[in-house]
Amino acid sequence: MRILSKLVLAALICAAPLAACDRTAEHAKANASAKVGGPFQLVDQNGKAVTEKDLLGKPTAIFFGFTFCPEVCPTTLTEMTGWLKDLGPDADKLNVVFVSVDPERDTPEQLKLYLSNFDHRIRGLTGTTAQTDAAAKAYRVYHRKVAIEGGEYTVDHSSAVYLFDAKGNFVEPIGYGSPPERGLAQLKALLKG
Amino acid sequence: MKTLHLPILAVAALASAAQAAPPARVAPKVAVEGAWCRAAPKGAPAGGCYLTLTASAADQLVSVETPAAARAEIHTMSMDGGVMRMRKLSDGLALPAGQAVALKPGAEHLMVIGPKIDLVAGASVPLTLRFKFAPPVAINAPVKAVGGK
Repeated sequence: MRILSKLVLAALICAAPLAACDRTAEHAKANASAKVGGPFQLVDQNGKAVTEKDLLGKPTAIFFGFTFCPEVCPTTLTEMTGWLKDLGPDADKLNVVFVSVDPERDTPEQLKLYLSNFDHRIRGLTGTTAQTDAAAKAYRVYHRKVAIEGGEYTVDHSSAVYLFDAKGNFVEPIGYGSPPERGLAQLKALLKG
Repeated sequence: MKTLHLPILAVAALASAAQAAPPARVAPKVAVEGAWCRAAPKGAPAGGCYLTLTASAADQLVSVETPAAARAEIHTMSMDGGVMRMRKLSDGLALPAGQAVALKPGAEHLMVIGPKIDLVAGASVPLTLRFKFAPPVAINAPVKAVGGK
């Protein structure tokens, strides 16, 4: 039943055909114990080392992005800030984590400046490219660096917020662009456990 | 033959200059409406601006300039299966005759890279839009906060 619901979930997330999603679904089929989330070694915006173990004991909302992102990332961070405000004191019972998929530009200092615009409980994580790649892989987050003319680059990336329970088990995603009330309801349900 | 035609052309040019408007020919023009820029978080290396363009004759938005940032580019963005992809439109953006083309969130946008001003509500971003045929259009896009509380 659990595997089935995970597959249904994968199918829902991947409403549009996409190589990355197809691979995720294939993997879920091939390996019944396929897990979202896993070990990572990163640093937060204050330079403090953070691993997946630091997130245990509290439910977690985690999403991946980068600061050179004009729309999706600031929108998600703005929505998350609103949700944390609406949750009131319960927001303290949640880990909220923004992981950079662009560690070359997103240094801890850059994350600190950028996140200063949002709720102070949102932790920004970055590291070496190998470290953020490993974290994205563990969370099955698609990301790809794409060069743009003039020496700059952008990063294609999965836009959803992934929710985990206090034991680190994947619960469900909050899809980008879904109604903000729905995201808030999902976070409330996550906190109830 | 040459000697015969040149004076005629010269006379025609003088005649049209005297009339101010060249007969039977409307200069291409692009109307710009609803321009705005998204408020960007402090420290954001880039921001997005949006507007609607309507060209009188088939044209192309080829470049954007602004003194408020290191540079501005024409980008497109798409969402496929929850994956955000952004691309620079190196050839610009086609503007079919008489058709309103909206640059909007989730789609085409002007990417303001390396802002030199704070992109906060109340500020405005001067933009000069350059087209393949129509003369450039200079506008001031107000900065608006969206999706926040």
